[in-house]
Amino acid sequence: MEMFIQTLVSGILIGGIYALIGIGMTLIMGVMKIINLAHGQLMMVAMYITFVCHQYLGLDPYFALFIAMPCLFVLGAAIQKYLLNPLLKVDSILPENQVLMTVGIGMVLTEVMRFIFHSDYRSIETGYSSTAFYLGGISFNLPMFVAFGIALLLTLGLFLFLLKTDVGKSVRATAQNMDAAMILGINAHWITILTYGLGSALVAAAGTLLLPIYYLFPDIGGPFTLKAFVITMLGGMGSTVGAIVGGVVLGVAESLGATYIAMSLKDAVAMVIFLLVLIFLPGGLKKLTKV
Amino acid sequence: MTYFETQHLTKNFGGLTAVNDLSFAVHQGEIFGLIGPNGSGKTTVFNLITGFYPITSGAIVYRGGTIHGLPTWKICKQGIGRTFQVVKPLRRMTVLDNVVTSAFNRSSSKAEAVAKALEVLDFCGLRTRQDQPAKGLTIGDRKRLEIARALATGPDLLLLDETMAGLTPQEQAEGVELIRKIRDSGITVIIVEHIMHVIMNLCDRILCINYGQEIAAGAPLEVANNQAVIEAYLGKE
Repeated sequence: MEMFIQTLVSGILIGGIYALIGIGMTLIMGVMKIINLAHGQLMMVAMYITFVCHQYLGLDPYFALFIAMPCLFVLGAAIQKYLLNPLLKVDSILPENQVLMTVGIGMVLTEVMRFIFHSDYRSIETGYSSTAFYLGGISFNLPMFVAFGIALLLTLGLFLFLLKTDVGKSVRATAQNMDAAMILGINAHWITILTYGLGSALVAAAGTLLLPIYYLFPDIGGPFTLKAFVITMLGGMGSTVGAIVGGVVLGVAESLGATYIAMSLKDAVAMVIFLLVLIFLPGGLKKLTKV
Repeated sequence: MTYFETQHLTKNFGGLTAVNDLSFAVHQGEIFGLIGPNGSGKTTVFNLITGFYPITSGAIVYRGGTIHGLPTWKICKQGIGRTFQVVKPLRRMTVLDNVVTSAFNRSSSKAEAVAKALEVLDFCGLRTRQDQPAKGLTIGDRKRLEIARALATGPDLLLLDETMAGLTPQEQAEGVELIRKIRDSGITVIIVEHIMHVIMNLCDRILCINYGQEIAAGAPLEVANNQAVIEAYLGKE
């Protein structure tokens, strides 16, 4: 029983970070109606930024959030403004070529990082990397716990932004109907740039939070793009609440798979769940709540 | 100075000319009707005015300045509002939030936007529905919501695209009353409509188009009795 609870706890903790990754992709999906296939690669870039901050400037990885997030916001906004939005002006079978563009961007980011940092595996060592505290026999890994807390705060902040501010309302309006938003005086073009920036900043936060408990190499982006994709589908495309649930479900599934089946099969468990959802619950988990 | 006019407005979609050398002027304070058979280019004209499509050639002049080439949201800021024939509510927001979102167009604070939105909801008779999600409204209320949302942007010129289609006679009568009230509040209206008694009752002047070209223009009765208009709708004897 204790092992089960322990597995559940670490699944939920990692799920919080997955949720952050998923929300970023969901935001972009909601507004632009495209799957951002460079999502994991953006996270990888943020991880390298954090790595450099730690290695060469001696900054604590959590403090590096304040550097990685703005950097990725600017990078994401620039990608949307100069690479994705110009594609809208070209007459073709849209929006598929925006998706193809994100694949290309992902490849470029990976190879640029490989060029600078080579393919070596890297990780960072902090004083608290393997610190844990115990609650009734269940161990909580400190960096994971902190990461979960920060992920929670960021998600909360995002919700306040979307629900309470006029810019947030504009983002939601653009996601729900872009034509209507434009005739209501919303600069939808600018909103797409803001949204891609926000999505990138969120995944940057996830990357920074992951670094103390994970390892890093240039090709790490791909698997995380896949995870983000699975989370978005699980949650029901475009639903932020769904993305949170999807992230936690994926985290718990991986964790249970690793404990009870085999460590090497944890990704397979996630994929099986993904397939089951696609077959039996095509609208995603969102369908269960009817929101 | 002409309040609003199009000059030799033309739009090609590939080889199809949807709007062909169309020139018309609208005076401030009037209700101007735009009619024509299905596929004659009425909605395309609206899409050109509001910048959803770029124009192929010609000009659109509003209050002394050309507006073609501006992005849609800037045209909205200049004071042109519109509704869509196929309604586009922000489905997952409440009725009030739908209108608040558009009221931000001319409000600097949330309180101001909400006050403006409530005023518009009162004006359109939607106040009792304010907390319902937009996706749960009947078609009549959705059409009202379209109008309310357009009004909340603070327009000077309002383009109404078939706001009466699919409504019951009772709802149509209320709609006609609402549009009169809008005009009386000082807003100029261009209306696209198929229901003839609505058009005949409301409009000061009418323009009838077919294949994107003008076939008749003038007072409602004149246009309705025009031989070319009758042929366009019913065919030659």
